[in-house]
Formats: sequence, structure tokens, C-alpha cells
Amino acid sequence: MATDTTVHSVNPNDGTWKGGGEPFKASYGKLMMWYFLVSDAFTFAGFLIAYGALRLSMPSWPVPDFVFSSFPGLEGSHPLLFVTLMTFILLFSSFTMVRAVQEGHRENKKGVAFWLFLTVIGGAGFLGCQAWEWNKLIGEEHMTIHTNPFGTHVENGKYLEGNGHGINEGDLFHAGDTYLIHKHGDEYQQLKYQVSEGADAGKIKELEFGPKQFGALFFFITGFHGFHVFSGVMILLIVLANVLSNVYVERRNGYEMVEKVGLYWHFVDLVWVFVFLCFYLL
Amino acid sequence: MASHSYENLKKKFLHTIILLAVITVVEVFIALYGKGYIVEGVHWNHFWMGSLMVVMSLVKAYFIIFIFMHLKYEMPGMVRSILFPTLLLVWAIIAFLMEGKYWGHQRTTSGDDADNQEYVPTGENINRISPDTFIM
Repeated sequence: MATDTTVHSVNPNDGTWKGGGEPFKASYGKLMMWYFLVSDAFTFAGFLIAYGALRLSMPSWPVPDFVFSSFPGLEGSHPLLFVTLMTFILLFSSFTMVRAVQEGHRENKKGVAFWLFLTVIGGAGFLGCQAWEWNKLIGEEHMTIHTNPFGTHVENGKYLEGNGHGINEGDLFHAGDTYLIHKHGDEYQQLKYQVSEGADAGKIKELEFGPKQFGALFFFITGFHGFHVFSGVMILLIVLANVLSNVYVERRNGYEMVEKVGLYWHFVDLVWVFVFLCFYLL
Repeated sequence: MASHSYENLKKKFLHTIILLAVITVVEVFIALYGKGYIVEGVHWNHFWMGSLMVVMSLVKAYFIIFIFMHLKYEMPGMVRSILFPTLLLVWAIIAFLMEGKYWGHQRTTSGDDADNQEYVPTGENINRISPDTFIM
């Protein structure tokens, strides 16, 4: 008895109810990649919705244009410039990825390798930018997952002392302005100020830390996305090695593996669109 | 489809990436302009500014999913099986953002609003249910 004709061998010409049809005209691998991405989209959506709920539950929230306003090598405040650059790098790597997939469809090995290589560079560049951003927040601004030195004023007032980082004694501020509590040695410098308007006018208070959820959510969500980018770069490198050693030439399926990795890579870009929206734009 | 030729697709991808880049620039411009970073004193309504940027992000998502991820050219059944489940998120967003607002309300009013006081056990009713109750 022939035991090699097991349940795994399905003839495409068999009827639909015998497993022969392909109602979606897509291979199993591609379809499963799509459904994995759907589930991953729910994961990210869950995180971003949690961010939205917690942000709305706090009386104030650090203004992103203040928190993310530095650019390597440039002095002063450049709100959102650096994250826009990061977005462009990731968008461009999505374009190089789509070109790699296209070259794969016409079995052009050199083209696939070239565009895949550019995609890897783009992904690595994005990770480098993120490393710089995190280093700035953790190393220089001393934000942690449970201490958020970025607070937002809820009333108008006047500083009674300076910190040597742009705030001088006598400087005025308005409700809605975001501030950073600098750290000197082991101590956060919570400057004293006098309220100038409202029910508490004349009272002397000191700067308070911002909502601690900010740091936790920021590091967790951008970290989770960054980890996706990192695994994407690793998978791209493996696929690139396979392309160069002719693994996919023999399969004669139009470099379908490149297409599947491409889906994952575009998804990472897609998630960034919404991370960018929630953390930096709104 | 005629538009599926190599050169046409290449052009289409190039147009898509340029469009995505332009939308991104406009989004960042709106975020900065509306808060008065470019011309001082400008203050746009936060709600409408936010809604505009959400819509623009959804447009970006459309182009990434339908052109780059090629979903536009897949079988309709497959497209539905991927997109329909995500409609559940509409409710999740509405429900949790409302919940977040409610938490915020609780945070700011607890203390001076007697109706919103947290339940604090006093020990008065501690003997009301005795272990004997459960012996038949």
C-alpha cells in the first residue's frame, strides 16, 4: 500500500470540498502572514487605546512638541523635526521593500538583493534614530518608566528660582506650558514658583512631576514597535542571505518569501503611522 | 490588468511614496502651525485639528495597506476576512476613550463630591453573614 500519498498531498484539480480549491487565490503562507498581522494589529491597537484612555484620564499631559524637540548636532528647540526624519526613513524603507517584491515577481535576483539591502539600511537607520531618542530621554532628561520629569503647568505664574537650563528667576509661564525638571546629582530640581492668577493666586508652590504613565506608555509602546523593526531587520537579513545563495531561484514562485516578509515590513510602517499620530502629533 | 505592467507599477509605487511623504509633511505642519510654533499667536481648535490628523493618518494607512501591501488586488473574500474583524476596534476606541474620560472625572472630583466617594469598609456589617448561614 502506498503510504506516501498522505493527507498532505492535495491535487489543485480536486473539488473545493476536497481541499483542492484556492478560494482566496493566495498561498497558505501569505494568507497566514495576513492573519498574523491582523492579530498583531489588535495588539498594537490595544496598547494605543490604553494610551488614549490613560491620557484622557489625566488632568494634564506633557506637550509632545516640547518633549521631542531636540535634534542631534543642532542647538535649541526643533519640535518634531527628528521624529519626522525617523518617519521618512521608515516610509522610504517601505518603498524600497515594495520594489524588492516587484523585482522578485520577475525573478530578477540582483534587483531583489539591491532593494532588500536598502531596506535593511533603512530599518537599521530607524533603529539608530530610536536609540538616540531613548538615550536622550533616559540619559539626559532622566525619564524612567515610573518617573516623568515632564510636567505641564495648569496655572499662570512666575518662577522664583532658576535652574541654569533656560529657566531664570522671574521668568513667567502660562497654563499649558510644559516644563522639564532637571536632575542635579541624585536630586530632581523641583523649582519654586508663585501662582499669579486664579484661586491660588499668590501661593508659592514647587514644580510637580508629570503623569507617570507617560514614560511607561512611551517606552513600552515605542519599544514594542522598535522590537518589531528589529526582528524585521533580522528576518530581512536572513532572506537576503537566502536570495544571494539562490534558495528562492529553485522555488520558481516569484520570490514569494520576499513578498511575505514585505507584508510584515509594511505592517511595521503602518503601525508607526499610528504611533506617530498618538505620541507626537496629537 | 493593463496597469499591472512593470513600468506602470513602478510609477504607481513612486507616486504612492511621494503622496505618503507629502501627507506626513502636511500633518507635521498642521500640528506645529495649529499650536502657534510657526506663526505666533495662532491657536486652532484641538478637537478639529486632532480629527483632521486622524483622518490623514487613515488615508496614509489606506495607501500602505492597499497599494504597498497589495490588498487592493487580492480576492474580495480575502480582503473582507482581513478588514472586517478590525471594525471591532471602532467600539473599543469609543468605549475606552469614554472610560478614560470617566476616570479623569473621578480623579478630579473625588473628595469634594459625596456621591463619588470610594466605598470604605467600616466593619459594621461584618457579622451580618455568619458561617452558620451556609449550614443547611
